Amino acid sequence: MTPAKLPLDAQIVGRIEESPTIFTLRLRLRDDRAREAYRFAPGQFNMVYLYGVGEIPISIVSDPRDPALLDHTIRAVGRVTQGLARLREGDHIGLRGPFGHGWPLQRAEGHDILVVTGGLGCAPVVAVINFILMRRERFGRLTIIQGVKHAEELIWRERYAYWNTLPDTHVLLAADHGGPLWPWHVGLVTEVFDQVQIIPARTIAMMCGPEGMMHAGIKNLTGRGITEDRIYLSMERSMHCAVGHCGHCQYGANFVCRDGPVFAYPRIKELFSSKGF
Amino acid sequence: MSQSVMPPDETQATSNPAPAFLPRARMQELLQHLEDAGFACIGPTVREGAIAYQRLRSASELPAGMSDEQTPGSYRIRVTRSARQFAWANGPQALKPLLFAPRETLWRATRQSDGTLCFASAMTAQMPLAVIGVRACDLAALALQDRHFLLGAHPDPCYAARRKDLFVVAVHCSHPASTCFCSSTGDGPRAAGGYDIALAELDEGYVATAGSPRGEAILAALRPAPANAEQLAAVEVQYEQAIAAQSRTLPGRDLRAALFANLEHARWQDVSQRCLSCGNCTSVCPTCFCHSEMDVPQLDGGSSEHLREWDSCFTRGHSYIHGLTIRPDTRTRYRQWLTHKLGSWHEQYGRSGCVGCGRCISWCPVGIDITEEAGAICSSQK
Repeated sequence: MTPAKLPLDAQIVGRIEESPTIFTLRLRLRDDRAREAYRFAPGQFNMVYLYGVGEIPISIVSDPRDPALLDHTIRAVGRVTQGLARLREGDHIGLRGPFGHGWPLQRAEGHDILVVTGGLGCAPVVAVINFILMRRERFGRLTIIQGVKHAEELIWRERYAYWNTLPDTHVLLAADHGGPLWPWHVGLVTEVFDQVQIIPARTIAMMCGPEGMMHAGIKNLTGRGITEDRIYLSMERSMHCAVGHCGHCQYGANFVCRDGPVFAYPRIKELFSSKGF
Repeated sequence: MSQSVMPPDETQATSNPAPAFLPRARMQELLQHLEDAGFACIGPTVREGAIAYQRLRSASELPAGMSDEQTPGSYRIRVTRSARQFAWANGPQALKPLLFAPRETLWRATRQSDGTLCFASAMTAQMPLAVIGVRACDLAALALQDRHFLLGAHPDPCYAARRKDLFVVAVHCSHPASTCFCSSTGDGPRAAGGYDIALAELDEGYVATAGSPRGEAILAALRPAPANAEQLAAVEVQYEQAIAAQSRTLPGRDLRAALFANLEHARWQDVSQRCLSCGNCTSVCPTCFCHSEMDVPQLDGGSSEHLREWDSCFTRGHSYIHGLTIRPDTRTRYRQWLTHKLGSWHEQYGRSGCVGCGRCISWCPVGIDITEEAGAICSSQK
């Protein structure tokens, strides 16, 4: 059985409660050789196995410079994730990975980066934001756009506020429904796009979140002169095997687990506006 | 891919020896030679009203004097007076379940007293199989399953273990069913390669051709007489008749562009009114590869089996992600199946995922005909 198919034991060495339903597990592979050999790129994911229950794909949000400690931010929503939510430091889980292709960070160097995300805090782009902030001099202006339905759904609120204080870094948040203490935009996230300064030839856009939101974002960005090949999306589909065999994540001819989860937009453009794929 | 994984690929390197003739009575000897060479013989037999591949202990178990009648939504076997053992088209399954098991344990997790988890492969040693009576459509499907499970970056170890020593005795199809359209897909009715031995059945016996050194050795051990000109001519006539007997066709070999240009065609809605979304088509399809993985914990809590089981894109769960079902209705599921089978396969594996076996037509409880649906969607606008 190849390593890609057989999980490895990993211990939970840290657990952070991000919100009542979102938590981060810091994992450390038990086997020394496996841990030393493990490398990943931001945007890649692991299959996280809860003993006796099953596996789910979870994006790695920690920095690739320290691959001995792997952070996974998880929302308790299904059978496996609700079980994972009950685990504590010292508990053991199974891990296999990393899988898929991450963000185009080499290409992105020297560019302005526009990160667009929606929903309840999108782990794949948090990895890329952290990556850029730790290597700030290699990238141009960083703009982070995040939309949520309700103001109280936003996790890492302090983190967004902090990011907004950093040089050449801009955070634009929008909530469909604001609240008394919501200092950001109230309305659709696409409405804040117009506040962003974009130099199309210098910009790389990275998106993750609900497909409707990404669709609207692509329309706005291409309308402002960003070419489609400068737009990258992290896609989400059901995954059981993570190696392109089980068929659940097929998106047209692509296996999202193997060919993605990060795609240059032209590669998936044909189906992107069709529901049901 | 190393040669040891896919022995039938040696076909190309083999000098093609002259076809031999084996009287029907010698089928038992062929089976015996294969058993002596260490293979477990699997072949077609009659079981529960259908032709089913299972362990073959004797040539007398082959379905001599049986034929099948297949129409949309119907499969029946009939008794004939013929002595022929392969005068039928195909049954619901052939090679796929032998290599890609319908349900199997992939690995086992064990929890130690200190809470750590140990993972071990659950693979068991497999006895090499020799499958008798493989049709051209199923050989084409085998080549596709090989590409899917073996030729990527992560060859599937369970599939590979069963595939490694597989010995294929093909039998060219002489009696296509009304549902067959392998001639239209270019996959039959004659097996073109990928076999160790190919047989063409005539009234008095078999014209046998080796397709690999292993097949050549097994045939040579039988010391057969060469086939005569009359027998070879009869094989050709039978081949032409098997082509002529097929009336169904797909509207083309590569329907990718036509299908994806018609994603909002009214026919998708129309077929969804008839389709039960039962998944019979994907179960009998020899190329469908979807499977789900799941855990079955042992009652004592000490270990858990991680299984995989055939899945179908017609189920609700197939496209489920955290609170969202990507394909909530039959229209989008049927569209996913057809646009993948006849469309996206071209990009994934260089050809259509349909080999023309017609099983999805026969075994569909409401008789939906893939050739008719593809025809309606691809040959008209909206």
